[in-house]
Amino acid sequence: MTRSLDAAVRPFEGIVAEHGPMVMRVCRALLGPADAADAWSETFLSALEAYPKLRPGSSIRGWLVTIAHRKAIDHLRGAARTPQPAGDLPEIPATDPAESSMDDELRAALDALPAKQRGAVIYRYLADLSYAEVGDLLESSATAARRSAADGIASLRKRFSKGAKR
Amino acid sequence: MTDKQIIDHLTNAFAGAGVDSDGRLHSRLAALAEKQGLLDVSYRTVDSPLGLLLLAATGEGLVRVAFSCEDHDAVLARLASDISPRILRTPRRLDEAARQLDEYFAGKRRAFRVPVDLQLAHGFRRSVLEHLRRIPYGVTQSYAAVARAAGNPSAVRAAASACSHNPLPLVVPCHRVVRSDGTTGEYLGGPDAKRALLAMEAAA
Repeated sequence: MTRSLDAAVRPFEGIVAEHGPMVMRVCRALLGPADAADAWSETFLSALEAYPKLRPGSSIRGWLVTIAHRKAIDHLRGAARTPQPAGDLPEIPATDPAESSMDDELRAALDALPAKQRGAVIYRYLADLSYAEVGDLLESSATAARRSAADGIASLRKRFSKGAKR
Repeated sequence: MTDKQIIDHLTNAFAGAGVDSDGRLHSRLAALAEKQGLLDVSYRTVDSPLGLLLLAATGEGLVRVAFSCEDHDAVLARLASDISPRILRTPRRLDEAARQLDEYFAGKRRAFRVPVDLQLAHGFRRSVLEHLRRIPYGVTQSYAAVARAAGNPSAVRAAASACSHNPLPLVVPCHRVVRSDGTTGEYLGGPDAKRALLAMEAAA
């Protein structure tokens, strides 16, 4: 039998190229711009370490988002607060100066959501996971994840529309 | 405002900048991976008169040079299964090899001084490659002579096969091996590439 080009033999570079922007969106949504770059690097470093042992056929997207989810929790708990000495590593700009205030407002509204709704919105719409995968991450059912995501979006729409009218 | 518009705005609000393979975030990931011993194969591409070349290295040294006709994506997939899938595009680690190749094509370099990793060749093939490294610039040798020098005079076909499966063309100069009748013979990069290299070295 010939070996197929399954996940286990795909060069890791391809994983970073395909999913890097998605993981960055998730990290920025979970942590804000200052910690997002660190969480992104930590996520892909952990993934790189575990990658040769990843079961063929696994959902790469779900696997990466699960790692990012854990890294974000570590960051929020301050467990990952032992900063790596920067050394000769390139600096990452913490914020993008060209961001619009509309984006700021939306981010503030997302942060203000109850935890489950916020998580469901991020994992469903920014990571594009299935409701079953979102449910696993949030320790609830697919049905509950679907409801949380819908409630979250409805609440954002309300808050954002109100803010935009001002 | 519709749900769809809210979702589109969300995606834009958190767009991930700087994660492309030339971005700083990617460079930082590659540097951290190397520091933690998690980078098994690094690679980059380099322009040459023979087209785009893929260069790949392990911690030991240059492990693969590939012509574009070999399909770089397929070559990387092979490296992932033959060596390790922990592969990242890391131009810096291959700058020296790229520079020496540039000099070679500019006619300013006659020998490559970069560490090589011959792990992709085994047994007799490896002996052939070890011998090829000693054929000087501008000199050609027959497949029969190479078989003899590699320790098995009757293995002329195997010697030819070792040359056509050379994982490090150019740097391990299999293009300097020609048929006994003087014709150039086959080459990974195509017969035209081989003729061009031999002509370049003869003229220098």
